[in-house]
Amino acid sequence: MSAREEVLARVRQALGETRTPVPEVVRDYRLTDGRPAGDEELLTLLVDRVEDYRATVLRCGPAEVGATVRAALDQGLGTGWAAGDVVVAPGLAADWRPAGCDVDDDRPAVQLAERAASVTAVAVAIAETGTLVLDGSPACGRRALSLLPDCLVCVVTADQVVGSVPEGLARLDPLRPLTMVSGPSATSDIELQRVEGVHGPRTLLVVLVGG
Amino acid sequence: MKVALFATCLVDTMTPSVAHATAALLQRLGQEVVVPPAQACCGQMHVNTGYRREAVSIVANHVRAFEGAEVIVAPSGSCVASIHHQQAAVARRAGDEALAQAAEELAGRTHELSQFLVDVLGVTDVGAYYPHRVTYHPTCHSLRLLRVGDAPLQLLRAVRGLELVELPGAEQCCGFGGTFAVKNADTSTAMLTDKMANVLGTHAEVCTAGDASCLMHIGGGLSRLRAGTRTVHLAEILASTEEAVTPDQKAIPAVTA
Amino acid sequence: MTAVDLGMPGLPHAPRGVGHLRGAESFPDAARGALRNGQLRANLGHATSTIRGKRANVVGELPDWEQLRAAGKALKTATMARLDEHLEELERQVTARGGVVHWARDANEANEIVTRLVQATGTSEVVKVKSMATQEIGLNEALEAAGLDVFETDLAELIVQLGEDSPSHILVPAIHKNRAEIREIFARTIPGVDPGLTDDPRQLAMAARAHLRERFLRARVAVSGANFGVAETGTLTVVESEGNGRMCLTLPETLITVMGIEKVVPTWRDLEVFLQLLPRSSTGERMNPYTSAWAGVTPGDGPQEFHLVLLDNGRTAVLADEVGREALHCIRCSACLNVCPVYERAGGHSYGSVYPGPIGAVLSPMLTGVEDNASLPYASSLCGACYDVCPVAIDIPSILVHLRGEHVEAVARDRDRPTAEAVAFRGLAKAMSHPRLWHLAQRAARLGRLVSRGRPTLPNALPPPISGWTRSRDLPTPPTKTFVQQWTEEHRS
Repeated sequence: MSAREEVLARVRQALGETRTPVPEVVRDYRLTDGRPAGDEELLTLLVDRVEDYRATVLRCGPAEVGATVRAALDQGLGTGWAAGDVVVAPGLAADWRPAGCDVDDDRPAVQLAERAASVTAVAVAIAETGTLVLDGSPACGRRALSLLPDCLVCVVTADQVVGSVPEGLARLDPLRPLTMVSGPSATSDIELQRVEGVHGPRTLLVVLVGG
Repeated sequence: MKVALFATCLVDTMTPSVAHATAALLQRLGQEVVVPPAQACCGQMHVNTGYRREAVSIVANHVRAFEGAEVIVAPSGSCVASIHHQQAAVARRAGDEALAQAAEELAGRTHELSQFLVDVLGVTDVGAYYPHRVTYHPTCHSLRLLRVGDAPLQLLRAVRGLELVELPGAEQCCGFGGTFAVKNADTSTAMLTDKMANVLGTHAEVCTAGDASCLMHIGGGLSRLRAGTRTVHLAEILASTEEAVTPDQKAIPAVTA
Repeated sequence: MTAVDLGMPGLPHAPRGVGHLRGAESFPDAARGALRNGQLRANLGHATSTIRGKRANVVGELPDWEQLRAAGKALKTATMARLDEHLEELERQVTARGGVVHWARDANEANEIVTRLVQATGTSEVVKVKSMATQEIGLNEALEAAGLDVFETDLAELIVQLGEDSPSHILVPAIHKNRAEIREIFARTIPGVDPGLTDDPRQLAMAARAHLRERFLRARVAVSGANFGVAETGTLTVVESEGNGRMCLTLPETLITVMGIEKVVPTWRDLEVFLQLLPRSSTGERMNPYTSAWAGVTPGDGPQEFHLVLLDNGRTAVLADEVGREALHCIRCSACLNVCPVYERAGGHSYGSVYPGPIGAVLSPMLTGVEDNASLPYASSLCGACYDVCPVAIDIPSILVHLRGEHVEAVARDRDRPTAEAVAFRGLAKAMSHPRLWHLAQRAARLGRLVSRGRPTLPNALPPPISGWTRSRDLPTPPTKTFVQQWTEEHRS
């Protein structure tokens, strides 16, 4: 018997001839936050939760995204950064990109480690947990893009901000490579105290557009 | 109400003063107390040590002893929890469905003392007088299995003369755990040491709780240290009155029947 | 009984001689030494009280925590009831998205599969994401025996690996080490480390970053575990904090994920429950910094070769136990360790298994067969704190009690003559079942008054097992009359 057949046979033996009926799963927890996506209270909550992770949030209107992304990079890299230090997701809106920046292509992923910062969009943001989700779409870029540069700037639009985890997951396609980001890289491995900044980006800046 | 008192095997054998106090307290509150003479043990120690088959006949004896009782009260969170959560399961596992149902039915009429006073009788001031500085240890099974909540604290707060001091780390186990205290004596002692440190830190004269077993453990440790702080069961405090307070609540309860 | 009993033939346990599920000593013996280690006690006390406070805060924030807990429990129960179907669906979906699924009956088979897959890539270096399943099966040792270099990349796993130590906590394997001890390990073992390295946790984390950065960039094969595998979509997830997981899941050409068969969940939607329960219970955060999810292979993004190894290693034996199978619901959050008064004092190594604490005390004996971890079901005062915090409401105390029963009954089956303990408990049970015998037995207990010779407590030097009590506690001298006896005398009509 193959290992596959044997393991499955063991499962069936363990469960017995007459299986217990599958219990009903009652989902009486909060399925929605009650507030619509982009609600100002949700935006305020998101800012509070993201900043609690020691990330920085900059808010701006739809016409000021490019300038605010540059301001975020000023904060993350210091004002002397060059356009070539920054790599952006290939599908990032043209007017959000710093002029002259590097656009990710099909180069070997490890080469992205040479860039100081990256700029991406997100697929959804969850206010209650301060979570941004990137889904590998052209605007979010491949996973290495938001991982290797030490400073990550994510642009979130108000309509992408939902209240709760169930609302956030419902907006995602589980067949895409997903990365949920809640603050900068961190560890609690030394005396269970949180320290920000290990292997992933040590600096996370969020540009929140609209609202 | 006619209350059948289940003393529990430990109290009956080692600290009968707790049962005398419970009876006196209930009588003072106008209840008729009966003590079914065939009672022995709820079976918890056997079940928790792995002797669940052997426990079946103990459960059967318990059910027989209390058959027909209107309501049953025991001065022990742990034993009542076992009656509520273990007896029927032990009988059912052994294939004795009739016993399981009888045990379930009996469990529905069985109450831990503080819950009986607060939830069933609806009293918090039992008219007690106990002029001592007291700290309360919420025993694990009262706290987490029976969810007695603050019933014991409500009762203690209403005792005249009693100064109640909060116990730091109150919800941490004292380390008794039945045969755990013997099978894992070192770990049990380490837990006891921390519990005693917290008790002594309150500078209370008396540490009280709703379980004689945990109190025997904590009190045994305090006694070994010659700490002076003593353990007194909640029932004994609640049974005390102005007319009957002894300076050291030792073997004989300070109660008036 | 509809299912096969624990210990009955048919469903094999995790094999001996491989992996880390069995300790060299019994729990009481191992704990005896650990309890005297003041530094360990201080480190554990500090760390567990810190995390207990954080967890309580973020759990208290959610008004629907109990509903989420109940849903988590129901989801796991429902999954186990149709585990075979969900595993087959997971296999279909992973395969359809370009992954390759392997099945491993036990630790040896899983180790062979992973070793073969690594060797096939032609590389000699493997980077690893912290994974309980690969710790359980001793994968590092197997890969090293095959001449491969294995690099643990989680900070705590790195500390354990560099210190030639073993993990003592599910979430924070180096919880038994404090910052000064970690500084010493790094200063001694990391080549080229800054000689001015201090014990500041941030500096220590940066030293780990520098040490591993190059390895991540050149790694060609990574091995991971999985927190959840979604059957309906073939989506695997890894929940982590540092980004080492993302490095391993994203940069190498080949990814090998070893997942216990109990980690499958039926639908993507189910994660809306578990991704709320897990981070708040484990690190005490609203959400962990990074959660990665992937389904098979995505062209142009991440590893282009993906293998999923589905591991049994005793899990089906656990599943066969109708009471104990609930332990398979564990999502490895560690909340039960952090609240356990026994764990906090005795430490993780006393359990002898990669799964320490309350959940380890039930899971390890069921995976190995209770005879190989016979002391673990007793390593608990049954205080119930673990059950209260468990995000999927596993009734650990009841399983502990159940396993004690299994153990006592297995010993009785295997021996011609009963143990002294069994004789005593049977005798006592007989007495407690017959009022007249019971009253005689109580009278015998009062013989203790003779031994006490008028002292208020019994002497300290009593024979075992009472000596286990009297070494640290006084035992009151029994009174002359039992309550029932005196009451009956006074109320005789």
